[in-house]
Amino acid sequence: MTNKLTRRGVLKSGAVAGAGVALPTIFTASSASAQAYTNEPTGSTVTLGFNVPQTGPYAEEGLDELRAQELAVEHLNGEGDGGCLNTFTSKALKGNGILGKKVQFVTGDTQTKSDAARASAKSMIEKDGAIMINGGSSSGVAIAVQGLCQEAGVIFMAGLTHSNDTTGKDRKANGFRHFFNAYMSAAALAPVLKSEYGADRRAYHLTADYTWGWSQQESIAAATEAMGWETVNNVLTPLAATDFSSYITPVLNSGADVLVLNHYGGNMVNSLTNAIQFGLRDKMVNGKQFEIVVPLYSELMAAGAGKNVQGVLGSMNYNWQLDNEGSRAFVKSFGEKYGRPPSNSAQTCYAQTLLYADACERAGTFNPCGVAEALEGFEFDGLGNGPTLYRADDHQCFKDVLVVKGKENPTNEYDTLEIVDQTPVAQVTYAPDHPMFGGAEASLGTCNPGA
Amino acid sequence: MSEFILQILNGLDKGSAYALIALGLTLIFGTLGVVNFAHGALFMIGAFCSVTLSRILSASYETVDPTQKDFLGNPLKVKSTYMESWLGPDIGGAIIDWSVPLAILFSIPIMIAVGIAMERGLIKHFYKRPHADQILVTFGLAIILQEIIRGFYGANPIQTPAPEALSSVAQLGGALGLEIVYPAWRMVYFFFALATIGGVFAFLQFTTFGMVVRAGMADRETVGLMGINIDRRFTIMFAIAAVVAGWAGVMYAPINAPNYHMGMDFLVLSFVVVVVGGMGSLPGAVAAGFLLGILESFASWERFKVFDGLDQIIIYLVAIIILLTRPRGLMGKKGVMED
Repeated sequence: MTNKLTRRGVLKSGAVAGAGVALPTIFTASSASAQAYTNEPTGSTVTLGFNVPQTGPYAEEGLDELRAQELAVEHLNGEGDGGCLNTFTSKALKGNGILGKKVQFVTGDTQTKSDAARASAKSMIEKDGAIMINGGSSSGVAIAVQGLCQEAGVIFMAGLTHSNDTTGKDRKANGFRHFFNAYMSAAALAPVLKSEYGADRRAYHLTADYTWGWSQQESIAAATEAMGWETVNNVLTPLAATDFSSYITPVLNSGADVLVLNHYGGNMVNSLTNAIQFGLRDKMVNGKQFEIVVPLYSELMAAGAGKNVQGVLGSMNYNWQLDNEGSRAFVKSFGEKYGRPPSNSAQTCYAQTLLYADACERAGTFNPCGVAEALEGFEFDGLGNGPTLYRADDHQCFKDVLVVKGKENPTNEYDTLEIVDQTPVAQVTYAPDHPMFGGAEASLGTCNPGA
Repeated sequence: MSEFILQILNGLDKGSAYALIALGLTLIFGTLGVVNFAHGALFMIGAFCSVTLSRILSASYETVDPTQKDFLGNPLKVKSTYMESWLGPDIGGAIIDWSVPLAILFSIPIMIAVGIAMERGLIKHFYKRPHADQILVTFGLAIILQEIIRGFYGANPIQTPAPEALSSVAQLGGALGLEIVYPAWRMVYFFFALATIGGVFAFLQFTTFGMVVRAGMADRETVGLMGINIDRRFTIMFAIAAVVAGWAGVMYAPINAPNYHMGMDFLVLSFVVVVVGGMGSLPGAVAAGFLLGILESFASWERFKVFDGLDQIIIYLVAIIILLTRPRGLMGKKGVMED
């Protein structure tokens, strides 16, 4: 076979191939310049992007988020029983889509990895024309995707993200969080811990070594120390750790009488299981019953930990047992469709999708800057959590926080946690320039409409 | 002192799992010459044998209790197990309670079937291919197996408790005047690992089958020339290695709730154990398993921790040092891994 490759030929082929590769970008650029903002809907539909973990360790949580997001789209399009559209205090949503456009959605798989989450969000924005991204089960992912949405000029309605940083030092003008945060968990838990276990306690912390773990530990240590507890030790544990026995054994002789597990997901299931195996909850130390605290709970984690959660205190953003009009409507709608009660990650994604749609309606536009303005300072009720404020300064929602406890005698597989207290919003509110949230230097920046 | 002893126990406990998995890996490498990256998946399948038997024994039927309401306000459907209905709450409850130890028997045919299917169906086609090909194909197989398990059982960990009688903590330090408490099931796991390892060694050492296998490991061709079907025996050894890995998983289920990813968590560490012990050396794999388990345990102890995360890398640091100074591993045969 004759080799017909020549320098000139290669250059020509290269130029043609280069032009070919560049062509879609050229078209994208010219079409984008005609738009007022990124992915301005021009047809009869509007596309939302649901970026949730569909594979990996939080896939179950992602699946529940997706259920709730599908339900929200159904309600927005006037299908089903309407769910919280019937209880939402804002009456802008009519069940005819958003601004008259039928809502459709695309999904991405975050894999609970920042790079994969950014790639899937980017794909949904650039290829599918998604105008809003919602979902996720990790603070690392939320912060990464929030940054991407800010650059791309779309709104990011965060899913489950609990680190202070999401609306603290990493807050963005295009990003909004309905879920509560580590500071709020600590502020809500501290008074309950004091009343249940007393003010004279010695706490040993095991902390997941990443942004959420640091944030949670800092918050709970500050809150418990303020009420008189002493922090004996804080040991950072690798996120990849599966067996925590080597971290638990030093607790036995540390003089601590409380173990605080700043762990989430699989880490929490394993560390709590290991702590129970070592008999910590049966121990008496300093003349007191040894106690374990899990600052952040989720129903799926509690199910994973089984009976090990019984009697262990923690906090949640939402629980399906919450008895208010919005919660009842959501649980009924979700339960009848899927045969199970919603998790708190599902509820936050459902609420976020409705809140976004409502803001578009009230702003009369999909322009992210108009939507952001409509969300800022917005006060609402009827989505399940009770009266809530979307604070303008940091795009963080403020509402009552639930303190929950692993149920001693569950009656069925969903009956794992019980609400022991509902801490009023005033007790968990903090200044926007709080040092744990980036201080005075933290800034939203300016809204980016993209295009 | 008691903390020191506790960390030794932790190390032996971790080392038990490493040693059992590494033992199977070494058996497969020593007999078939295959680097089996799907071995961690066998450990995971073993753990899910516990989950499966527990679910089978806990199979239940529903009755409606009009006095209680479910989350939608409908009459609550109460679950009762067939086992307790048929055999009474005492015997039926005890059988359910002991599902993990019973899973040792339950897992044998499953692990043999999985092992033989894996070897005959896929791995035998890669015997003469480079190790890189073997690694790629077995790693791919491991991912497929874990995704199948995820498809069936979901991504959430599934609690599979030890029998109530073995769920408490054992008081160990009485004779020494120390306060040492250690989970009873972890002690069971350690002694179970020792018994299994002893059983495999005895099988290889004192049976004709084992003698042939050892001869085949030393010189496969000559054994074949003597008219012995060594391939068939090696396939059986693959199945035995699968059972050993499966048992490691079965008994590990109460220690950490099984999840579809647990095989991968152990796989790389177990390979390092094999390399440190010496490729193809069964005593090396066992010794290195316990040694590295203890090292990892002490590295995570604050008193010895030079920096955060040391316990996550200590095994690899040791592996680097061993490979630089003694490429054949601690107890490896001369010439293996040295060229």
